[in-house]
Amino acid sequence: MTPQPQPEQALVRALVAGEERAFNELVGRYHRSLIRLARNFVHSDVLAEEVTQDTWCAVMTGIERFQGRSSLKTWIFSICANKARTRAERERRTVPFSMFAAESGDGQGPAVEDRFPGGGSWTAPPRAWEDPQRRAISLELREDLRDALEELPERQRLVVTLRDVEGVGLEEIGRLLELSPGNTRVLLHRGRTLLRTILADALDAVPAAL
Amino acid sequence: MTTHEEMTCRELVDVITDYLEGKLSKKDRDRFEAHIEECPYCLNYLEQMRETIVTLGALREESLSAQTRERLLEAFRDWRGPA
Repeated sequence: MTPQPQPEQALVRALVAGEERAFNELVGRYHRSLIRLARNFVHSDVLAEEVTQDTWCAVMTGIERFQGRSSLKTWIFSICANKARTRAERERRTVPFSMFAAESGDGQGPAVEDRFPGGGSWTAPPRAWEDPQRRAISLELREDLRDALEELPERQRLVVTLRDVEGVGLEEIGRLLELSPGNTRVLLHRGRTLLRTILADALDAVPAAL
Repeated sequence: MTTHEEMTCRELVDVITDYLEGKLSKKDRDRFEAHIEECPYCLNYLEQMRETIVTLGALREESLSAQTRERLLEAFRDWRGPA
């Protein structure tokens, strides 16, 4: 039986009291998200694991001081982002700068859908996908999308993951990643555009062209 | 009041994220929706974009491996000490 998610205040109280089942619920909810978040700052899975472990420690030592001004999730994500950023800085000092410059991950260049000769109308319009209500979100589709996410430039992947996988608000993403709102939206736009195209190809629809 | 220019498919594709995030001005939102009403291709595109986003949300269902969970709980018990 899947346990019901506790209302947040009750969860925080249980964490403060050191209840293992509350911690269990928390890691179930966020551990993998935190790994994904950390992984976009640090450059190895091992480091992402370490950062996430440190984050859980910080969460448990700091939970008594959590005042609920933000959501618990936002608070935990912030801790993780800060730790990941700090750790990445530390690692950076031992790695040539040029490696990081190449991975700026903004995906410069024309958006995928930028094939509009003259007019501005579709030359090869997007073919309708199979009725989504008839096709449940299949495991295969999720796998395709997971693979597609890996193909995105780093910062697009991070923004799309936070926004659409994790449901974090745009403003919060900007703060977490130290991006302007405009920049956040551009990254989100480019990432989603590319993913839609990859999904369309995976579903055997002819790629749309304008 | 100036007449609204019709939105082209090209522009729609450019602003679709702003539309979905609720960041378009009222004027542009109206232009967007007017175009969607008339253009089945862009309607397809919008629906596909929405479906992409919904499917991304479904990726969240990944569960923690038993091994990882146990490791984290052990760390928690070590940290907390006797209950």
